[in-house]
Amino acid sequence: MLNLEYMWELLPVLLRYLPLTIQMATIAMFFALILACLLAVVRVSQVPFLNGFALLFISFFRGTPLLVQLFLFYYGLPQLISALISMTGVTAAVLGLTLHFSAYMAESIRAAIVGIDRSQTEAALSIGMTQSQLMRRIILPQATRVATPTLMNYFIDMIKATSLAFTLGVTELMGATQKEAAGSFLYLEAFLLVALIYWVVVEVLSWGQRRLEIYLNRAYQR
Amino acid sequence: MISLQGITKRFGNQVVFSDIDLTLSKGEIIVIIGPSGTGKSTLLRCINFLEKPDSGRLKIGNLSVDTQRATRSDILALRRRTAFVFQNYGLFANKTALENISEGMIVVDKLPKAQAYARAREILERIGLADKADAYPASLSGGQQQRVGIGRAMAANADVILFDEPTSSLDPQWVEEVLSLMKQLALEHQTMIVVTHEMQFAREVADRVVFMDQGGIVEQAPPEELFTVPKDERTRHFLRKILAPTGQTVP
Ligand SMILES: Nc1ncnc2c1ncn2[C@@H]1O[C@H](COP(=O)(O)OP(=O)(O)O)[C@@H](O)[C@H]1O
Ligand SMILES: [Mg+2]
Repeated sequence: MLNLEYMWELLPVLLRYLPLTIQMATIAMFFALILACLLAVVRVSQVPFLNGFALLFISFFRGTPLLVQLFLFYYGLPQLISALISMTGVTAAVLGLTLHFSAYMAESIRAAIVGIDRSQTEAALSIGMTQSQLMRRIILPQATRVATPTLMNYFIDMIKATSLAFTLGVTELMGATQKEAAGSFLYLEAFLLVALIYWVVVEVLSWGQRRLEIYLNRAYQR
Repeated sequence: MISLQGITKRFGNQVVFSDIDLTLSKGEIIVIIGPSGTGKSTLLRCINFLEKPDSGRLKIGNLSVDTQRATRSDILALRRRTAFVFQNYGLFANKTALENISEGMIVVDKLPKAQAYARAREILERIGLADKADAYPASLSGGQQQRVGIGRAMAANADVILFDEPTSSLDPQWVEEVLSLMKQLALEHQTMIVVTHEMQFAREVADRVVFMDQGGIVEQAPPEELFTVPKDERTRHFLRKILAPTGQTVP
């Protein structure tokens, strides 16, 4: 039988670590969005040299497991660059999440940009807009709308992926659960509870995602 | 006032046209006709650098641009003196009718927002869409969308408006309202170059009709002349093909 009383007592203990989990995901998402937009624009505009770099970057971070990337940053890189020895697990995790997810997000933003019909680009240029005005005022707002559901999915994935930070010694939600379970030996209760916590967080975000989509689509209804 | 001098355009090693000369005076209306694939769109697009001409000179008012040496600011200057109406409207899907028209005034001409909106409302009035100011393109009919497209061109206050088959993707029921808006502009002596297959429009509105075929301009003349006594066999052949089904007189 499940020890429900233990789970109930454990809940507030684990919830104390939820803010760190959300923070890591939010910060990583913020930087990943910026990086992804830059990568996408570089890819779409075929900026010489940078385009090749973007391709390589995207290929590497999509082509290798996130866990491998995290170990590479946290345990590997400091051997090469000694200044990185002082990097905390949290920093390494945020860095890894940012780079990893920006590669995926760049591709969905790029697809959204490419999907906007060319005639709008030509129309904007024909009235004398510059490339950057075109991007900021016409293309990116529409691409954002198209890409938002996918980007929200990546954010949800990212929340879950923060649990890997415990392998870098970070005591976030998953790390805390691991420690508690090791003390009580009630593994089923502890991991079931943490699963439920992740699940609720993801459901709340999914609800927000649906609201956001309705809001973003309002301009395009017939 | 507007002149194209020796404009040549190639795609790879296909020469679309070479050494085209064309001059318009202020207020003049030119209609360009010709079989498809002969470079009519490309010619219009060369005038505002949506395509880069391979050589030649473009003059609009006191602006003169050697197309081979055109700088970014030359290109922007050319685009500010021309406006383009697209076959597929090219409306900004994320902007209302009002914003589509005011966008250029705000971003390119740097007018204060209130002033741009006021002017955009005047234009909406003129194109008969005052009640659609806040409608997004997706909710407008093809005819309404193209009128907004023309409104956007009017807002640019350009020396010349270039129309590339403005009625070709419209359902038949919307063609007339777009043509009549263009006629209204013609009455106001708006300088324009119109590529179209609407021969009746050409007869009524054009000061001069230009016939293009493979490689360039074959002949040009006022409509009453070009449609009745075309000089070139290629012109006659084209007119026969296009006029016969409509029951108009065939030269
Ligand atoms: N971007 C392009 N790249 C290569 N060829 C093109 C391009 N645009 C047009 N062409 C070619 O140039 C020729 C003229 O095209 P276009 O100006 O569209 O003719 P029209 O408007 O008279 O139908 C055609 O043979 C067309 O295939
Ligand atoms: Mg064409």
